[in-house]
Amino acid sequence: MFLVELRKLVRRPRTWVTIALLAGLPTLVAVLLRVTGVGPRPGQGPAFLSQVLNNGALFPAAALALVLPVFLPVAVAVLAGDTVAGEAGAGTLRYLLVRPVGRTRLLVAKLAVTVVFVFLAVLVVAAVAFAVGAWLFGVKPLPSVSGQTIAAQDATWRTAVTVGYVAWSMLGVAAVALFASTVTDSPLAAALGALAALVTSQVLDLLDAAAAIKPYLPTHYWLAFVDLFRTPVLWRDVNRGFAVQAVYIAVFLGFAWANFATKDIKS
Amino acid sequence: MIRTEGLTKRFGRLVAVDGFDLDVREGDLFGFLGPNGSGKTTTVRMLLGLVFATSGRIEVLGRPMPRAAREVLPQVGSLVEGPGFYPHLSGRANLSLFDAAGPSGPGGTGSRDRRRRVDDALARVGLDGVGRRPVRAFSTGMRQRLGLAAALLRAPRLLVLDEPTNGLDPHGMREIRDLLVELVRGGTTVFLSSHLLAEVELVCTRAAILDRGRLVAQDRVAALLGPTGRVLITTPDVGAAADLAAALPGVRLGERRLDRLAVHLDGTPPEALNRRLVDGGVRVRELVVERPTLEDVFLQLTGRNPHVPG
Repeated sequence: MFLVELRKLVRRPRTWVTIALLAGLPTLVAVLLRVTGVGPRPGQGPAFLSQVLNNGALFPAAALALVLPVFLPVAVAVLAGDTVAGEAGAGTLRYLLVRPVGRTRLLVAKLAVTVVFVFLAVLVVAAVAFAVGAWLFGVKPLPSVSGQTIAAQDATWRTAVTVGYVAWSMLGVAAVALFASTVTDSPLAAALGALAALVTSQVLDLLDAAAAIKPYLPTHYWLAFVDLFRTPVLWRDVNRGFAVQAVYIAVFLGFAWANFATKDIKS
Repeated sequence: MIRTEGLTKRFGRLVAVDGFDLDVREGDLFGFLGPNGSGKTTTVRMLLGLVFATSGRIEVLGRPMPRAAREVLPQVGSLVEGPGFYPHLSGRANLSLFDAAGPSGPGGTGSRDRRRRVDDALARVGLDGVGRRPVRAFSTGMRQRLGLAAALLRAPRLLVLDEPTNGLDPHGMREIRDLLVELVRGGTTVFLSSHLLAEVELVCTRAAILDRGRLVAQDRVAALLGPTGRVLITTPDVGAAADLAAALPGVRLGERRLDRLAVHLDGTPPEALNRRLVDGGVRVRELVVERPTLEDVFLQLTGRNPHVPG
């Protein structure tokens, strides 16, 4: 079933358009930076961007920081929101289930394909950003956020952990969207539902009055991967981010399964 | 092949299917009739395990549903409320995706001969040669045929079809009807849910009629369409015919128009009436034992108290 879902994913033009657009934004930013030579002042603007002018090796991390707040979650929410609701809307869900594909199996396959998409998207963004960064800005040993130099090897694993962290954060989004997708027959409603949850989280995260619940918001630790580029690595927030996402992923996947496995399919 | 006992489904306060016992036997071409909203589609969905019954039991191919769905459904082909496809893919790609999705069916229908099976199914419904056109560009009739092809992929023992001739032109309907008859001859049982009464009358061997979630009739089609007890006579000598007929015991005259006369026989054999007329010098052009159409039976069973929702 996983292979069938994978075939659907790769044969769908939308998948590749989305990934191309995701990789396109950082590329556009890099070209603009290169042409104008005007970077954000240190400490302002998106993370890492001020240093990128001097060193392209930091661009993958900068690119992820660029797409993370809005672009990437939107793409993931749209894709994951479409998984079940899209089949329902197209009238194909009932034919899959009477094939028969077990409901749990279908949900697991959908989830697995979403994971593949998330990793693929994050990896492509990071890879394209690395190529663009190296080409436009050159690669030097990294100066860390804390000031010391990070060796190239060191930078590689830090970037790798960053990719993993961002993908894990996006899985949280995917879990919420997947649950929404089992509730409605409209892929649009499912994607918007998941995005509404994220916007709520981001708004609350800006609000001092919400200080007590901030550490539990799904988006709170999204940008904590910046800490991976400190020396020594500051693991606290990254670990918390992993843990918080794990809870969201488990809870919403549980909801999605419980709802889908017992639902009357009337689409 | 299909048995239900006290099958009931409630959606909130609405009782969509109200405790009925369905009995579809092996080799039947079974017509499942009912007005819109009478619970046909809900029943079909329950048979296939898409909707869960509120109470009652369902057996398909002798196994309980939805519990035995894994063993039962690979031997069942279905078309539920119109076909559903991935519009950006070709018909062939759609079929092969669906074929790959389920467990392999009985008789080792694995991935090896998938291409051949898909080709066969497409040919059966007259869709061979549509090439690589995406389903998006298909007409309604072509989609309907493709849906049927998907149902036929695994050479099912039981076909559950909901309005299979929707959107087809008369030729297409005829082809599909012939296909169903051919399948039944080959040993497939067909459960045909429809509101096209003429279609059911033409092909079905048994039928059930549903009204507001209740089963109001279930019998052989021939029995449902038993004689009405009336005979229709066409003759230029209507007056003489009426006098002769009225003289027979138990016979009542019905309406009379130009050269036509309806007669209620009430037990008198029609051949006795015919002899009497001919012996009496009436030139009988036509003498027909009246049978109801399925439409008559259907309207009589389902139309008595017009249903006002709410």
